[in-house]
Amino acid sequence: MDLIRREYSTISGVYGPIVFAQGLVGVSVGEMCQVKIPGDDLRTGQVLELRGERAVIQVLEGTRDIDIVDSSVLPKGELATVTLSTDMLGRTFSGLGEPVDDLPQIIPEQVSEINGLPINPAARDKPNLFIQTGISAIDGLNTLVRGQKLPIFSGAGLPANELALQIVKQSRVSSGEEFCVVFGAMGITSRDAFFFREGLEAAGTMERTVAYINLASDPIIEKLFTPRIALTAAEFLAFEKGYQVMVVITDMTSYCDALRVIGSARDEIPGRRSYPGYMYTDLASLYERAGRIKGRKGSVTVVPIISMPEDDITHPIPDLTGYITEGQIVLSRAMHRKSIYPPIDVLPSLSRLMNNGIGPDKTADGHKELSDQLYASYARGCDVRRMASIVGEEGLSDLDRLHMQFSDGFERTFIGQGEGERTIEETLDVGMKLLEKLPKSELTRLKQ
Amino acid sequence: MTEPIEIRGIIEAVSGPTVVATGMRGVKMHTTAYVGNIGLLGEIIRLNGDRATLQVYEDTGGLSTGEEVVCDGLPLTAMLGPGLLTEVFDGIQRPLAEMMTGDDPFIQRGLTITPLDQNRLWTFVPLKKQGDVVETGDIVGTIEETKTITHRLMVPHGRGGVIKDIMRGNVTGSDRVVVFEDGSHMGIFQRWPVRTPRPVKRKLPPELPFITGQRVFDTLLPVAEGGCAIVPGGFGTGKTMVEQAIAKYSRTDIVIYVGCGERGNEITDVLTEFPELMDPETGRPLSERTIIVVNTSNMPVAAREASIFTGITMAEYYRDMGYRVALMADSLSRWAEALREISSRLEEMPGEEGFPPYLGTLLGGFYERAGRTECLGSDSERRIGATTVIAAISPPGGDFSEPVTQASMRFAGTLWALDADLAYRRHYPAVSWETSYSLYYKKLSEWYERDVAPDMVELRGWLMNLLQRESEVREVAQIIGIDALQEADRLILETSQVAREAFLRQSVFVENDAFATFEKQYWMLKVIRAFMDCAEAALKSGSYIDRIIGSPVKSRLLKMQYEKSEGFKDKAMTIIGEIELAFTAEEDR
Repeated sequence: MDLIRREYSTISGVYGPIVFAQGLVGVSVGEMCQVKIPGDDLRTGQVLELRGERAVIQVLEGTRDIDIVDSSVLPKGELATVTLSTDMLGRTFSGLGEPVDDLPQIIPEQVSEINGLPINPAARDKPNLFIQTGISAIDGLNTLVRGQKLPIFSGAGLPANELALQIVKQSRVSSGEEFCVVFGAMGITSRDAFFFREGLEAAGTMERTVAYINLASDPIIEKLFTPRIALTAAEFLAFEKGYQVMVVITDMTSYCDALRVIGSARDEIPGRRSYPGYMYTDLASLYERAGRIKGRKGSVTVVPIISMPEDDITHPIPDLTGYITEGQIVLSRAMHRKSIYPPIDVLPSLSRLMNNGIGPDKTADGHKELSDQLYASYARGCDVRRMASIVGEEGLSDLDRLHMQFSDGFERTFIGQGEGERTIEETLDVGMKLLEKLPKSELTRLKQ
Repeated sequence: MTEPIEIRGIIEAVSGPTVVATGMRGVKMHTTAYVGNIGLLGEIIRLNGDRATLQVYEDTGGLSTGEEVVCDGLPLTAMLGPGLLTEVFDGIQRPLAEMMTGDDPFIQRGLTITPLDQNRLWTFVPLKKQGDVVETGDIVGTIEETKTITHRLMVPHGRGGVIKDIMRGNVTGSDRVVVFEDGSHMGIFQRWPVRTPRPVKRKLPPELPFITGQRVFDTLLPVAEGGCAIVPGGFGTGKTMVEQAIAKYSRTDIVIYVGCGERGNEITDVLTEFPELMDPETGRPLSERTIIVVNTSNMPVAAREASIFTGITMAEYYRDMGYRVALMADSLSRWAEALREISSRLEEMPGEEGFPPYLGTLLGGFYERAGRTECLGSDSERRIGATTVIAAISPPGGDFSEPVTQASMRFAGTLWALDADLAYRRHYPAVSWETSYSLYYKKLSEWYERDVAPDMVELRGWLMNLLQRESEVREVAQIIGIDALQEADRLILETSQVAREAFLRQSVFVENDAFATFEKQYWMLKVIRAFMDCAEAALKSGSYIDRIIGSPVKSRLLKMQYEKSEGFKDKAMTIIGEIELAFTAEEDR
């Protein structure tokens, strides 16, 4: 790092959130810098790209008032970093990691680059420890395990926040282990921020929570930093301090929109729905930070929340997310309208790591078979229901009618458990009781 | 061969994974270079005057303009030799376990590690002696690479002649194992440029099936040994499950698993499971016949682009020894996306959906590296090897009309289309028998009739027909209701349900079901057909369809996949007997 801070009054253009500056000697890609505006206004910027003489800088707090004559750029000589310490627990920070709770700065134990490094696949430990969330549709059918990344696909007006909060509150770890929550919010409303704060405080989880909050009104580029800062904090707590960390990131849709803004400001060739072509890689660099590492006590489990525009699961954001994460929990508007809570549409929902986390010593013997059978019977019941809407219930065979009744019961009691909590034993029990109403010959997936 | 000259340039621009350097006059396309002060590996992908554009195989964060680029004039190569098996590499063949320096679980940048251990001791058994004349591809000796696989040491490309000296016993990477009369020599390792296919004597027609042990593939939609199958499917439809099931259970000598831009936790599954899983044929750990190349989605994008070429080069190397190799690529869409990302940084004119116009050409070139071939070497050493490629594709939104799926369908002989609806009801493998196809079947039918049973091809036709009629009947049932269907049509629904539940669905988690021999597949079909034939006869003689549906013998059929493959024929005969008895009894009532 240079001891003398250089200052360059060479800004040649301003374009949306981006500033072009000429002749920055020795700056590197990803380096942080300050943009000085007359009137002692200092903004934070990051070098995105170098093209010969010209550097492309994204300005985090927005480009208003920046001019070509009097404003200047001061490179900082370091990549984006965040200060870390266990004192973070219980604190609330801005989307850039500055305290916003009227308390002093934390005393850093460590300063880390927020981009992180990829975990060596050979160093990863198998994610096979069951997390009981108390929610039947998850525990019974789409089991969450430590180190997994399992997003919630939601839509406008669906209770994704409530569900995320419930998962955070109810997740159990065995005694003797330290559990904590890292909450990263991008572009949420103050209403949502209050909701989470109150919910965490009511559950007594607040002192075990680190929150990084970027509100909808905060500058857009900040949204690109918030999840990286949150995940860097999570990695520190998990792999240095041994915590079992649950990371809730909301809302990934805001994050991707910020990515799109930058892409278009840089004149990049847009991909699907004008999101940048590298969005898959970019999202992967966030989600893949979940995991467990051999020889380390902690784990990072990530639950991102995604609002699907128009409830469309093929929209690029949920689509690319689904290709990276280990499954998804999909919320259904139809079930929400029927007042079923949690309104989880189990058919498209999936947990890819489920088989690692269930079975005799973890949940129960026959858990997988039971789950498969519930799925198969429910899918059949849904088919019958669709057919009944065309041919009428009279056209159904007795067996079909039983399947339809099963599906209704399954939605009402198994999925629609209300706001209460169920142990895994209770969950499996409810499932078994429902299946008992079907003839034995139909239960081909169960071990007899 | 002229010695490559070192050329040094200066970084002028950095954008994502691409770097532009000046002062590069004289460098060759697709040669490698070390970029910046920490020496990140890169490859030259465009030349313009004395400017060269490089794709960098590591994260470019922290690079500045003015730093140096050193080009050594060598192409991107894979190191080939004993020690590849059981190993786990990244996309540019760096061994991942060796990259964990000390206690650091993260991948630091700028690490250069030789893929294979130079100092490891191997026991070499020569097959040639002083004075023998050998040519490229001839086997000079063997090394027991793992308990399962014997490494056949071949004369590398462009070498050969009269053997002056040949070693025996302990050898390492630095030994001159064979010295020729003309003074040239060879060791146990060789290098091969990954983007160039390894030459063969000739390609052979696809006449043998690639046996997967998965009923829906082997019976309905086979891929030939040396063929290509593509597995497109939206997320959650079980592509990775299909790839892993085949990696575990297929009857092949060597498996190369390329995790291209996929999930770290899934790779962990492969890494922890394979050393524990036993190969049913040899009783040895599966890892002994496996090489894993993994570039997870968060690892550098250019290395992801290189990973499939690194993988197939190793596959070709073992094929050249005369082995049957299966290359599993998961997934080619991630590879294509890496290509797109680099292309867009080069500001190339995009083709369909932003992919570069040459996507199809590159894909075709990759698929054509599969094949059943006669290997190089003297005629006295005639060997046949095969590389079978099973490539997963992840079409956005599960929509097969996108460019990667469409381009792949032009080249691959077998399409295993995965269906979200089947996956939702946990019917795995979720292969749609309606949209999938196999162009190899016709060529393979001779083998089926000869090696399985004379009526196997006919039985398959019967099953396909049944499934086709089922979907027609279902359409009618959607309108008029099941109760209003004719009895014969209801029987079709019943039988096809048995076929789907018992035959097409297969669980890799159940020991007896995970692999089905052809004998078991054949006899399962026989049982299902017997059920249909007997029930039809019973209907004709006045029995009611509800009696047939409610018949307890049906549950016997629905459980038969859980019987062992060994001795399944006897079990099947018993069940057929029970069916006949049950339905004759029906008639008597």
